[in-house]
Amino acid sequence: MSLAAAAATAHATTTITTTTAAEAHGFLSPTGVEIAFLLVGLVTFGAALITVTTRQLVHAALWLVVALGGLAVEYLLLTAEFIAWVQVLIYVGSVVVLLLFGLMLTKAPIGRSPDADSGNRWVALTVAVVAAATLVWVVVDAFRTTWIDLDGPAAGSTRATGESLFQNWVLPFEALSVLLLAALVGAIVLSRKAKAESSSPPVNSRAATGSSPSVPDSRNHPIEGNGRGEGTSPAEQEGAR
Amino acid sequence: MNDALDVTLRLLIVFVVFLTFPLIIGQTEHKVMAHMQGRLGPMYAGGFHGWAQLVADGVKFAQKEDVVPAGADRRIFQLAPAVALLPYLLVLLAIPIGPSEGAVGEVIDAGIFFVLAVMGVGVLGSLMAGWASANKFSLLGGLRTAAQLLAYELPMLLTAASVAMAAGTVSLPGILDAFEWWWLPWQIVGAIVFFVAGLAELQRPPFDMPVADSEIIFGAYTEYTGLRFALFLLAEYAGIVVLCGLTTVLFLGGWHGPWGADGLGWVWTLLKTAVLAFIVIWLRVTYPRLREDQLQKLSWTLLVPLSLAQIALTGVVKVVIQ
Repeated sequence: MSLAAAAATAHATTTITTTTAAEAHGFLSPTGVEIAFLLVGLVTFGAALITVTTRQLVHAALWLVVALGGLAVEYLLLTAEFIAWVQVLIYVGSVVVLLLFGLMLTKAPIGRSPDADSGNRWVALTVAVVAAATLVWVVVDAFRTTWIDLDGPAAGSTRATGESLFQNWVLPFEALSVLLLAALVGAIVLSRKAKAESSSPPVNSRAATGSSPSVPDSRNHPIEGNGRGEGTSPAEQEGAR
Repeated sequence: MNDALDVTLRLLIVFVVFLTFPLIIGQTEHKVMAHMQGRLGPMYAGGFHGWAQLVADGVKFAQKEDVVPAGADRRIFQLAPAVALLPYLLVLLAIPIGPSEGAVGEVIDAGIFFVLAVMGVGVLGSLMAGWASANKFSLLGGLRTAAQLLAYELPMLLTAASVAMAAGTVSLPGILDAFEWWWLPWQIVGAIVFFVAGLAELQRPPFDMPVADSEIIFGAYTEYTGLRFALFLLAEYAGIVVLCGLTTVLFLGGWHGPWGADGLGWVWTLLKTAVLAFIVIWLRVTYPRLREDQLQKLSWTLLVPLSLAQIALTGVVKVVIQ
């Protein structure tokens, strides 16, 4: 999470760097869009920080919404409208809903979770800082004097994005879809294996109840409940995908 | 007209539509449901056929005490209704009702994506409410909401993508400009899938398992009272306006009609939206609630394959006619 925020601030710093580098654009007289970009970047960074430091699990997920939404606003400010809405659609609309679904399934408590802390805190921080530094370095080095003309024709409109994606970047795009396919197949394999293992013990009990199915015995209900639970879980797992 | 005034006027109109249309649909629902069940429905408030019933309801809601349960997560509990309601206001901004430049709140380049993305955010409100209420019925409602959203978001996106393929653009006015009458039979499967998935996303009957008032007592909204509860209800009806408007724009040709296309386009849009809203109400009176496993099965084994088939059909026809 902090990586995303770091990337956002990296973008923000890049803008300033390019401001100084580009002769035509002064550093001391930033435009409104640049100021907004920087402020939204700060908000995004703050939300990302809270996401990883808060002890309340669901609050972390909701702060993640703020961070991801902030990133979408940054894309908008850079005229990449299509990417911005896809960001909201995929991350806020699906990934966070999935996260919240998981948190609710595991009954995330209201208030602080005592075990919502990791012993790997310092290692994680080191990795995050190294990754952020790498990203900042790469981005700054790659886009040193590039300047996005915000007033001209939108450089990130749906048409422009589609054309560059399917003309210049088809191979990476297809490689990514193969990666997703691999993940999909992997998920199916994992869920089938898990199902086969978990369903082997109750077979006997089900066979036992199967001998007297019509008896409305109260002892049967928990077992029926189990059976139903197993029936719905693949659907839920599918939903999760 | 200068720009600031123009923008203010547009926002104001959209806001007024946002406040009145859901109430009109709510009142229609009262009356239509009543007559379908052999009753009269509200007859007293306001005099003429109880037209002011929902205004009276609003006043009643505003007078009620605003209770936050002791065990609840206060801030998230209080924030949830706003998160549920505001996205629909934003979506209304992007729906064009007429052919001219002035008949849409704001032209958005990636309109379909904007609309679907923002509608998805609205469900976060129900999830927040379900978790923050500290109530097991609410939690169950929240879980069901999330499971339902995950299942029905996909067919909705796929069918919207099918229309975008047919039109060659993702902007809503652009799609309407490209519309021809024979798109109706061509995209009819997509239209039905989109509408059904949208109903499920709004948790309207027969897809109201997450709120199921007779078993989990209104699910995520169990603990809400007064104005905040009214906001959730308003969100539901605003959602109906948005869904019917979107289905009209994407699949039914929006302002196109057999005659009177110039000048009267907005009448066609409103008429089609109203007919769809009537169908939404009709379905509520007609169909029993689907069970959770039936809900999931309907989406994954019927709607998703149908929407994939629709995309294939769209692609084939598109290549053939070019």
